[in-house]
Amino acid sequence: MSEVAEKVKNIVIEHLGVDADKVTLEAAFIEDLGADSLDTVELVMAFEEAFGVEIPDDAAETILTVGDAVKFLEKATA
Amino acid sequence: MVTPLGCGVEHTWSALTAGKSGARRITEFEVGDLAAQIACLIPRGDGTNGTYNPDQWMEPKEQRKVDEFIVYAAAAADQAIADSGFSVESHEEAVRAGVMVGSGIGGLIGIQDASYTLAEKGPRRISPFFIPGRLINLAGGQISIKHGLKGPNHAVVTACSTGAHAIGDAARLIALDDADVMVAGGTESPISRLAIAGFAACKALSTAFNDNPTAASRPYDKDRDGFVMGEGAGIVVLEELEHAKKRGAKIYAEVVGYGLSGDAYHITAPTPDGDGAYRCMVSALKRAGVTPDQIDYINAHGTSTMADTIELGAVERLLGDAAGKAAMSSTKSMTGHLLGAAGAIEAIFSVLAIRDSLLPPTINLDTPDVETPIDLVPHKAKEKKVRYALSNSFGFGGTNASLVLKSFDG
Repeated sequence: MSEVAEKVKNIVIEHLGVDADKVTLEAAFIEDLGADSLDTVELVMAFEEAFGVEIPDDAAETILTVGDAVKFLEKATA
Repeated sequence: MVTPLGCGVEHTWSALTAGKSGARRITEFEVGDLAAQIACLIPRGDGTNGTYNPDQWMEPKEQRKVDEFIVYAAAAADQAIADSGFSVESHEEAVRAGVMVGSGIGGLIGIQDASYTLAEKGPRRISPFFIPGRLINLAGGQISIKHGLKGPNHAVVTACSTGAHAIGDAARLIALDDADVMVAGGTESPISRLAIAGFAACKALSTAFNDNPTAASRPYDKDRDGFVMGEGAGIVVLEELEHAKKRGAKIYAEVVGYGLSGDAYHITAPTPDGDGAYRCMVSALKRAGVTPDQIDYINAHGTSTMADTIELGAVERLLGDAAGKAAMSSTKSMTGHLLGAAGAIEAIFSVLAIRDSLLPPTINLDTPDVETPIDLVPHKAKEKKVRYALSNSFGFGGTNASLVLKSFDG
């Protein structure tokens, strides 16, 4: 797992209070990890904070899974 | 209940009737520049021996999103509902069961922290949980969600009268047939630099006992110099009598009287003649259909401020010739002042006085500032049969509430 993926995973575990083994790249925040719409807003904020990037609202709407977040953040921080 | 004397009714009550103070020096944040450096804080721990462990009542990830007054309320509501044996089993039951939990201030600390975030990092860093974690009615909202209570969902905000108003208003909703069951009470988590600075600026807090915290809350004593801030929650389950009997519920007492009044005088001070308090008690007794001489115990508002004597004067005026056989104590001498939760925990103490025929004391009453025929139950708890108890709460803004509670005779 890449450094970005590891960091994303830890943020998801912390914010959603889920077990580490559930946080796979395929896991969807809402369907698989029990997040609600407010949780996803907060997650995006946490990603912005941790990676020092800005995630515009239209981009945030496409981040539905852990993998989506990793892909976006790898590109944004490359 | 969750109070500075412990988590749970029995832990709090045994400390209270033993005359224990919940006050100590604040070590949680810097107090060096604050006029008041003490408070009555909830004993935190692993949840054993009456300590409060928030993780028992709300998942850590949910706690992170809310101010503590919501967690205290969740804990107190869980305890009360478990003790009542009531649970929602059908849609019909759900829509007849509601919540009325208030707070004086609500999420002050969270608002403070978010304002720092806004100033330092800008609006994009304000959490989506900022608002729903600070709103006062979200204490009740969370309780309703957890326990499936779909009836009236309301919240009282009347400063230090909140808890008493919540119980009185909830009882009225039941009497008006809007609900069969109401989870009612108050909660508060004010202890912070901001709240202490604010109340100290109002000259409301004790500042002379920073080195002797357990002596600071001393209602009616000549050395009293202000209240000691407390935190916690008190919540009860109110139920329509026949509904409670039908399911064989354990009935502690009945809410038979409730009075409300306003001072229309000053933003923080009561009228010097205590007329607002007097009218409030009179209307509670009238509603209960009892005469002043039938009141066996009064749980005073008694905050350890100059206003103690004003309340006492109003109570003497109410009782008249019966003052000589009346007893009144201020449990704030031990719990401190829980603001929006005070009226709720004190209603519970009044009920327990009825249950155990035991009056909690007014501690630290070494040199009474007043001469009164009323027994202020100094220092030590006292055995006395209580059939009717009166619980008083008065708040900033000149808002008054009195409850009359009666032993349940079957």
